[in-house]
Amino acid sequence: MADFPGVRLHVVSGKGGTGKTTVAAALAIALATDGKRVLLTEVEGRQGIAQMFDTPPLPYEERSVAVAPGHGEVVALAVDPEQALLDYLHMFYKLSPTGIPARSLRRMGAIDFATTVAPGMRDVLLTGKIKEATVRNKAGTPTYDAVVMDAPPTGRIARFLNISHEVSGLAKVDPIKGQADSVMALFRSPLTAVHLVTLLEEMPVQETLDAVAELRAIDLPVGGIVVNGVRTPRLSPADLVSAQNRALDGGELRAGLAGAGIAVNDAMVSSLAAEAYDHAERVALEERGRDALAATDLPSYELPLLPDAVDLGGLYRLAESLREQGMA
Amino acid sequence: MTALDIDQTLATAKIIVCTGSGGVGKTTTAAALALRAAENGRRVVVLTIDPARRLAQSMGLTELDNTPRPVKGVRGDGTLDAMMLDMKSTFDELVTNHAEPGKADAILANPFYQALSSSFAGTQEYMAMEKLSQLRGTQDYDLIVVDTPPTRSALDFLDAPQNLTAFLDGRMVKILLAPAKAGGRAYLRVVTASLSVFTNVLTRIIGADVLKDLSQFVAALETMFGGFRERAQSTYDLLKEPGTSFVVVATPERDALREAAYFVERLAAEKMPLAGLVVNRVHRSAVVGLSPERSVAAAQGLEASGEHPLAAAVLRLHGDREALAAREANLQERFERAHPGVPVVQVAAQPGDVHDLDGLRAVGAELANLGASARPGQDAGGQPRPVRTKGV
Repeated sequence: MADFPGVRLHVVSGKGGTGKTTVAAALAIALATDGKRVLLTEVEGRQGIAQMFDTPPLPYEERSVAVAPGHGEVVALAVDPEQALLDYLHMFYKLSPTGIPARSLRRMGAIDFATTVAPGMRDVLLTGKIKEATVRNKAGTPTYDAVVMDAPPTGRIARFLNISHEVSGLAKVDPIKGQADSVMALFRSPLTAVHLVTLLEEMPVQETLDAVAELRAIDLPVGGIVVNGVRTPRLSPADLVSAQNRALDGGELRAGLAGAGIAVNDAMVSSLAAEAYDHAERVALEERGRDALAATDLPSYELPLLPDAVDLGGLYRLAESLREQGMA
Repeated sequence: MTALDIDQTLATAKIIVCTGSGGVGKTTTAAALALRAAENGRRVVVLTIDPARRLAQSMGLTELDNTPRPVKGVRGDGTLDAMMLDMKSTFDELVTNHAEPGKADAILANPFYQALSSSFAGTQEYMAMEKLSQLRGTQDYDLIVVDTPPTRSALDFLDAPQNLTAFLDGRMVKILLAPAKAGGRAYLRVVTASLSVFTNVLTRIIGADVLKDLSQFVAALETMFGGFRERAQSTYDLLKEPGTSFVVVATPERDALREAAYFVERLAAEKMPLAGLVVNRVHRSAVVGLSPERSVAAAQGLEASGEHPLAAAVLRLHGDREALAAREANLQERFERAHPGVPVVQVAAQPGDVHDLDGLRAVGAELANLGASARPGQDAGGQPRPVRTKGV
């Protein structure tokens, strides 16, 4: 049984450089496994999904990008604020994107204004589109079994999701205000989980803890913590301690190297011991990070550091690992 | 490869801008450069955007108050001040200093201003530039080192002033200003058919009240537009001056190097001076005479026999490290081939984060550690050679 059975919208955030796009993509594959249909979205115009799946830049259009084990399907969408605004005008005001009123708005710079300058408005449009895709259905059957959003980084995530606050001071009338409120209602509901991706390093861990506190303070449901780039400890616990104290058994190391037929010398033994020291320090740092994250009482999932840059094969491996750990 | 002579830059530059994608160590690099310049005898200030708590504490930065404060423990005759950018108060100051008397309060209280000053895309970048030009104006420092905001794209920093100016010059703003400028009746005369469609649609969508708020806000801001535009332009120009140097920071990873490449190309197109690329958190191995293949094979042999588990584990570790080093060298080489002539320096990965002056000093020393010999994968002549050491 997966850990988030009732969740339909998985929001994936994390500090820059922690691999949140990779994790979002892997989670989408994991959720799509066994015949499910999952929408993977991005909202920052980075075309990160296209790079991840090695496809040409995504248009503003839901497009199949990958299959998942057991006849599953991952569909991708790069949400563009301008298109989302035109969608929105069409939906709520019956303005055709090619009609005179919409063209007039565009010509006067209002579209630019609303999507790049009017604060909060952009986020209402982006999140509004995500909400629409999440609740979309045909005669009660949802179009997607789940939606995964590759969201803005931890530094901005709380503000991004907390759009009702942003908009309340600006838009006093429906339907903008109503739209913001309904998006907020979805985000605060048990249908949504905000997952945070981190590395076991000091700054990402701290930012993750800060984000958990911020999200909880505004009643947004924090899902799980995904620890990315985890290294396998190579040394035994006892050897880790000696390595960290720079007290590794040099004689035994030397004997072992010689036993393996390596032409060993003093410099080699001491530089290998120095590498063991670095490793032990790193493992200790990771342990401290784990302890700090454990204090949040959130479920956590660990993904291995892949030996090469993440390619499609690597993504499937990560997806499988997430399933094995019960995230999907 | 061209080696980056960072001490030369630190001795002569008036402004150094550290840029790169999020999470590559820009803040630490900026702090390390600033400390090194100060300890080389210059009067330096470092403007950080979002430092890690412990790094901030080590520099005596305890609050976000927009005031440069002296860093204690700097060696030698130079001085180092450090400050954290407070975006909102920088923006408020701008309004207070540039709005017409009596208008400032109305602007500060307007809901559009409040949202704009905290979340307008690019506000942080623009405020960092604004603060930079203020610091430059004081003449208190020989060198200003700026860390750039953590953005999705390093280019946002360069685009911020133009985005703001484009907004201020946009038709939308002109239309919103028209009623305030011309007064009711005159305004009607300029209302063309399409404009009336436009305002009708706008009123329908955002409501008459909001349109009024917005129009008032823009009208109030308009009184300070002149100053804004000039300052945006002059700050941008400042970045093109000979005393300015950009230091692009990346980690030896695909995405970070791609972002660095975009930035390097953009700087060239804008004729902005690039000091070079810092490749941060590089993994190296000091082990000589043990190739990764040999290590892994030897580890497998020991594991099969069940003897010497310590040696087997250490050999595995070494194999991992060499493989990572080779992958990193490959990515860096790809960057260098596409951008020959960009000076590069590497900083080795540390097991932990840097959070004291000694740590910054060590990074600074690495940044200054010139010469191709500091870099695996290159001979002194600059010819690439395989990164791996010779097998035994």
